[in-house]
Amino acid sequence: MSQPLASDPMPSMPSTPPPGRPVLKNPYPPHPTSTRPYRPGLAERLYLPLLSGLMVTMRHFLKNLFGAKMYTIQYPEERRDYSHRFRGHHILTTRPDGSVRCVACFLCAQACPAECIQIEAGEHPDVNIEKYPVVYEIDMLRCIFCGYCVDACPEEAIIMSNNYDMAYFTREQSIVGKGDLMKPFTFDENLLGYRPRYPEEEAKRAKMRRDAFNLVDEAKKARAREELAAATAAKAGAGR
Amino acid sequence: MSTLAPPLPETASAPVAWDAVREKFPAGSIIPQEGLDQPTWIVRREVLLDLARELRDNPATQFDLMLDLCGVDFPDRAPRFDAVYHLYSVPNAKRLRLKVPVGEDQPLPSLIPVWKAANWFERELYDMFGLQVTGHPNLRRILCHEGFQGYPLRKDYDAARRWILTEDKIYQPHFDLPAGADDMFERMTVNIGPSHPAMHGTFRLMAVLDGETIVASDVEIGYLHRCFEKMSETHNWQQVIPYTDRLNYCSSFINNVGYCRTVEQLLKVEVPPRAVWARTILSEFSRIMDHCVCNGSTLVDAGALSNFWYFFQPREEIYGLLESCCGARLTVSYGRIGGLSQDLPPDFMERSRRLLEIIPPFIEDVEKLIDKNRIWQDRTVGIAALSGEEAVNWGWTGPCLRASGVAYDVRRAHPYDLYDTVDWEVPVLYGGDVYDRYRIRMLEIRQSLKIIRQLLDRGMPEGPFITDDPHVALPPKEACYNQMEAMIYHFKLIMDGIQVPAGEVYSMVEGANGELGFYTISDGSSRPYRIKVRPPCFPIFSAFSRLINGGSLSDAIVSLGGLNVIAGELER
Repeated sequence: MSQPLASDPMPSMPSTPPPGRPVLKNPYPPHPTSTRPYRPGLAERLYLPLLSGLMVTMRHFLKNLFGAKMYTIQYPEERRDYSHRFRGHHILTTRPDGSVRCVACFLCAQACPAECIQIEAGEHPDVNIEKYPVVYEIDMLRCIFCGYCVDACPEEAIIMSNNYDMAYFTREQSIVGKGDLMKPFTFDENLLGYRPRYPEEEAKRAKMRRDAFNLVDEAKKARAREELAAATAAKAGAGR
Repeated sequence: MSTLAPPLPETASAPVAWDAVREKFPAGSIIPQEGLDQPTWIVRREVLLDLARELRDNPATQFDLMLDLCGVDFPDRAPRFDAVYHLYSVPNAKRLRLKVPVGEDQPLPSLIPVWKAANWFERELYDMFGLQVTGHPNLRRILCHEGFQGYPLRKDYDAARRWILTEDKIYQPHFDLPAGADDMFERMTVNIGPSHPAMHGTFRLMAVLDGETIVASDVEIGYLHRCFEKMSETHNWQQVIPYTDRLNYCSSFINNVGYCRTVEQLLKVEVPPRAVWARTILSEFSRIMDHCVCNGSTLVDAGALSNFWYFFQPREEIYGLLESCCGARLTVSYGRIGGLSQDLPPDFMERSRRLLEIIPPFIEDVEKLIDKNRIWQDRTVGIAALSGEEAVNWGWTGPCLRASGVAYDVRRAHPYDLYDTVDWEVPVLYGGDVYDRYRIRMLEIRQSLKIIRQLLDRGMPEGPFITDDPHVALPPKEACYNQMEAMIYHFKLIMDGIQVPAGEVYSMVEGANGELGFYTISDGSSRPYRIKVRPPCFPIFSAFSRLINGGSLSDAIVSLGGLNVIAGELER
């Protein structure tokens, strides 16, 4: 039914490759009209090679049945193992006292190709620090997770985590503020993603991070203990 | 090992043999422009059509391939626009750039009689710059929709404007109905897409059928248009890299390399050997991935599902390797101007070697299933065939062109990175049909594996992974924390961006589906003045109507898969 497709009106030039450039030996001879270049043999016309194809699928079937490596991941029960360079949800790191490390220099907002970082700077009570972000928001629906903000940060204040679970019910939820960015902050190396790397000092840095995290943790626990003690004292006072 | 540095743009002038062509035209109508990366002629628009025909037919020049047509806007100049044609001669392996200065009300002649590839490129020029083209059969918007007002790539167009497409302005198909179409008994028009599983991505095909045979067809594209080129002009040079990831998203690393090489040539910066080595290997892995996706999805369109799974398992592993390098699977953003964004992971060698063992069994399985399968052959052999000469005329490059018998591969004809230091071959098949497009990709996967194996055997070069030029690459983080000077460079680079010297360059790499070119103009500032992507699948897809007209509707579905048209790159 179909008309011949390759009836081109142009003069036919032999399709030989230009000299001096090696080409792979062609399994099929060049066909001058280039309409039906491949001539199937008798076995192919009798559908015989289909049997070897069925052998392939059968082999895969049996292999999969008896525990070959499966590439399917049963998300969300199973998670893929990502490397420590994975560019996931951002983290704002903190100082040992638990305050945000960012000094609101706007380099990340400037470097961002998607223009998704919104910062409002305020004056820090400590004159040595000068500035801190009053508002630090990332629009996760705009973000393209290129990691340019991490590259740009001169303070190691923004790094990325391994977390890629970012689903929101509304667009407003997708604009993540300072609190949420600091919340997943952890020094567990397994949960961190893309961040500045120091090949020589990796171990030392990791220990420093852990120490800093322990300090914050200790401070939080101490504060909790104090509050608890104060509360029990107040209760005891009220009871008496 | 002279290739470790990127080949710097040499100020090339045209060969003497071309002067005979030039002298056939009135004096002053063609002026050579010296000092650029490739021979450039400034041409008056009155002689353009004759010159194009002469350039194609003269044995001294033989420019049979029209690569690209790019508009450039100079608001302060007297003829305001430049239409820049990039031509390539496959037999002579020579390039030529024609610049045609035109004003807003000066129409260009259509070059469709000379190169059919000009059809869609001229529509794009009209769409983006509002330049008129006389003699064009269907001069309408192509990437923007019909409700769009203004011309987005003009410098005075505000990039933040939005236009809403209303129902009364939707695309009306343009059919070239053959004679006798009115007498057809069962004539009907069907619409497939844009949201149809067979239309890979977001293409829309409208076909006039006589029974089951397509007698005329038209395609509408632009559903994924993001105006990459306009966005590049509003960002600095480094920030364009994540945008290039989204061009051909099946092999995004190759786009990174292509773009970075262009800017490196403008900057004349040297890339360290380690980065060049890694770029070559990862480009080839990306190419394997892209071919796997293309062949897998073509076979799914034909109803062969198992192959899709066999192809996607090695792809999964390659994504794992890319993720361990840069932290993302699909949109890698791994390239940087001057090198790579970070060093290769310590287990890169072992992982790559494991991949070399994993990939071949799956490829062999598919070949056993498919190559001699008569059902597949009946669907593909002789379907949507295009001869080599016609494919070149349509502007095809890449595997589709090599399946038509033309051995043009950028990696061989204009070697970059490490491709001329390894032993590999350019596979060529002569059928030009869907079957050979499938076969050529399988052969190329093997060649890519061969390249990777040789490079891995050579060993990973020691040294830095990015250039140490502080005007181009960010200093190491530690220096940035501890040294004042590095800190200043860091701030300057982020706030101002890289200052690229004024100039223009057309640089190309072999993308997974053809020659991926970046024509870049810098005015010396921190932002590109103009970036034009030469998307390989744009001319390929422009021939789609030519391929499917006369065939049956089911053939159209199979032939679309074999072309490997990626919407992100086609529509930019």
